[in-house]
Amino acid sequence: MDFTFTEDQQMFAEAARSVLTAEVTADRIRDRWSTPSGLDLPLLHQMQELGLPRMLVPESLGGLGLGQADFIMMAQTCGYVACPEPIAEQVMVTAPLLVDVLDRGLGHGAVQTALDALQGGALVATGHPINPFINFAEQAEWFLLGHGEGLYLLPASEVTMKPCKSVDPSRRIAEVSFEASDAHCLAKGESGAALWRSTLNRGALGTAAQLVGLAQAMIDQSVKYTTDREQFGKAVGANQAVKHLLADVAVQIEYAKPVIYRAAYTAAISPGRADFAVSHAKVAAARAALLATRHCIQAHGAMGYTWECDLQIWVKRAWALAREWGDEGFHKNRIHEWLLRPNALLGPDLTFGRGSITDTVAA
Amino acid sequence: MDLRYTDEQVAFRGEVRAWLEANVPQKALPSFDTAEGFEAHREWERTLAQGNWGMVTWPEAFGGRGCDLLEWLIFEEEYYRAGAPLRVNQNGIFLLGPTLMEYGTEAQKARFIPAMAKGDEIWAQGWSEPNAGSDMAAIRCRAVRDGDDFVISGQKIWSTRAVYADWVFGLFRTDPDSERHHGLSKILVPLDAQGITVRPIPQLNGLPGFAEIFFDEVRVPAFNLLGGEGEGWRIAMATAGFERGLMLRSPARFQQAAKRLVELYRSRSNEVLDPTIEDAVLRCYMDAEAYALSTYQTASLLCAGGSIGPEASCNKIFWSELDLLIHETAMKLLGARAEIEPQTVQEFADLGTWLDGFMFAQSGPIYAGTNEIQRNIIAERMLGMPRK
Repeated sequence: MDFTFTEDQQMFAEAARSVLTAEVTADRIRDRWSTPSGLDLPLLHQMQELGLPRMLVPESLGGLGLGQADFIMMAQTCGYVACPEPIAEQVMVTAPLLVDVLDRGLGHGAVQTALDALQGGALVATGHPINPFINFAEQAEWFLLGHGEGLYLLPASEVTMKPCKSVDPSRRIAEVSFEASDAHCLAKGESGAALWRSTLNRGALGTAAQLVGLAQAMIDQSVKYTTDREQFGKAVGANQAVKHLLADVAVQIEYAKPVIYRAAYTAAISPGRADFAVSHAKVAAARAALLATRHCIQAHGAMGYTWECDLQIWVKRAWALAREWGDEGFHKNRIHEWLLRPNALLGPDLTFGRGSITDTVAA
Repeated sequence: MDLRYTDEQVAFRGEVRAWLEANVPQKALPSFDTAEGFEAHREWERTLAQGNWGMVTWPEAFGGRGCDLLEWLIFEEEYYRAGAPLRVNQNGIFLLGPTLMEYGTEAQKARFIPAMAKGDEIWAQGWSEPNAGSDMAAIRCRAVRDGDDFVISGQKIWSTRAVYADWVFGLFRTDPDSERHHGLSKILVPLDAQGITVRPIPQLNGLPGFAEIFFDEVRVPAFNLLGGEGEGWRIAMATAGFERGLMLRSPARFQQAAKRLVELYRSRSNEVLDPTIEDAVLRCYMDAEAYALSTYQTASLLCAGGSIGPEASCNKIFWSELDLLIHETAMKLLGARAEIEPQTVQEFADLGTWLDGFMFAQSGPIYAGTNEIQRNIIAERMLGMPRK
């Protein structure tokens, strides 16, 4: 039993953090809002050079062979800097889905082509049926799409896109439709459903990690603002009422993080128990981030309600991500179902299953 | 990161479980805030000590088992799972014990730890005074050095367990010219010493769970000074760190309560319920697990040589509010009958001890530093917000 990150994991996370915090600034995020693609292509290139898209791809397929827990702190950093590019999703969701398909010997040559494109820095979009739209669809080269339980892979030329405007100007969302033909089908029935189920868990996990990163960034900005801003002859942040707004968020973040790390570990080691762990992570992270949006706008006073204040970048991302990859209702219902199973293993001795995390229910 | 128990940890859990199954009293003990219940709980402490289970993290020489913190967590999980009696000596074993281990002399450890482990000496705590509550640095209770003794005069209040306990540890002003957190010392005082008057204070449930202690020129040997003279504040903060940070409320306590809440919810699911209950039940179970996961993370960190930072102040807020939510939700599930204080076997079977727990939960956000004080600490020390 060891619930700490290894030195390698911390070093890798630190390396990505220093690049992302230097390269993804509020000013440069605002610059993206008026460009056609909304993407910072040099940044994507830099991430590709760092090896990010290949991180969770097995070495036999040209990747680095790492796991979800190795990337989870980086997903948090993507949230912390409000990175508009869908890096976390490419690394944690799309690449592992393509790998799963190859592992099971499903599909056709295009799967390898799409994985190679992704590892080369191109965007490959995953359109899970739980999400009504795809972020940066218009910039993607390949699409993994769902129809019923089926999983389909199509090049951009074969899909139809209807862009929508997101509340978050950094997001470029579009509804994507396609003709579900056998030629593009990778998996159907049970096998398709299983692939989509683990994909949903990975998506929710990556979103949860970004949400706590967003929440932490909102706190840090609010601490700075309330330290600099003076009223009644003293810093606004010296008032207990303001301190307690931010402390409440800090508490929620503190208790969402280990839940997310447990989920990352479980998703990799024991997909059978992952539904509960991941839903818990998503609910806890969304709660922390949404509390942060409210309390941090409040801490900024009228400034918090302006377009000029950079806080909006983080607030709006949290509003969007809180509901992506399953909203509160979806995840709470999964937890409810898990808790009320007649043979559910509940209690203080079963935090990690029966002796090992791989057990889910009583034999 | 490896979230699997080792074979040794699994075997340890099995050993704890087997011993508890053989030894935990079948019938719940009376409250330790009654004379009878206090002695019954003292007996239970002696039983634990006979199996060397008094405090598993202590060295074997002091009646422990030399366990690490992860094993302590496993022990606690089994302890609450088994429904074993609450620890009447928690002030001693969880708060004073770790401080003695860190700051005590070898002679002090030998004098106090085994007696604590055996339940022969049950401890009360003496921090607060009538004018020093949240503002603990306002302590005025004096301890004047006189040769090889200290002579203590003044008053302490809200001393948990002091009515029936044998000893009290507390913070006293040893330098009469000092102010605030300077010039304070931590001193251990036997409650049967001449000059001590203990006045019970009934709590919300009517039982004397805490007391006022009056010191009228109470003489104690300088041997009872823990750490250096004037070092009391620093040492008290270390104790408060243990209290808030890890040991005072082990996660298993809330996980067991949350499990019972899920069972209560299942048993009432055919009734017309407040629609918010389902959400609260889920939240209670999740938050209890989150607290456990966070504690495992802290324990792993400490085992790897790390240390606890100001984020420990988050703990106390989190578990005390969780405890309230668990019990408020149980009260909702019991409906109008929640008002009944169970007297008969049948009433206990129907209503359990939820009302008792509900009343106790009200104190959680107050003791061990109010949650408002904790929020200030989080804002100032963890987030770096301005003090003034």
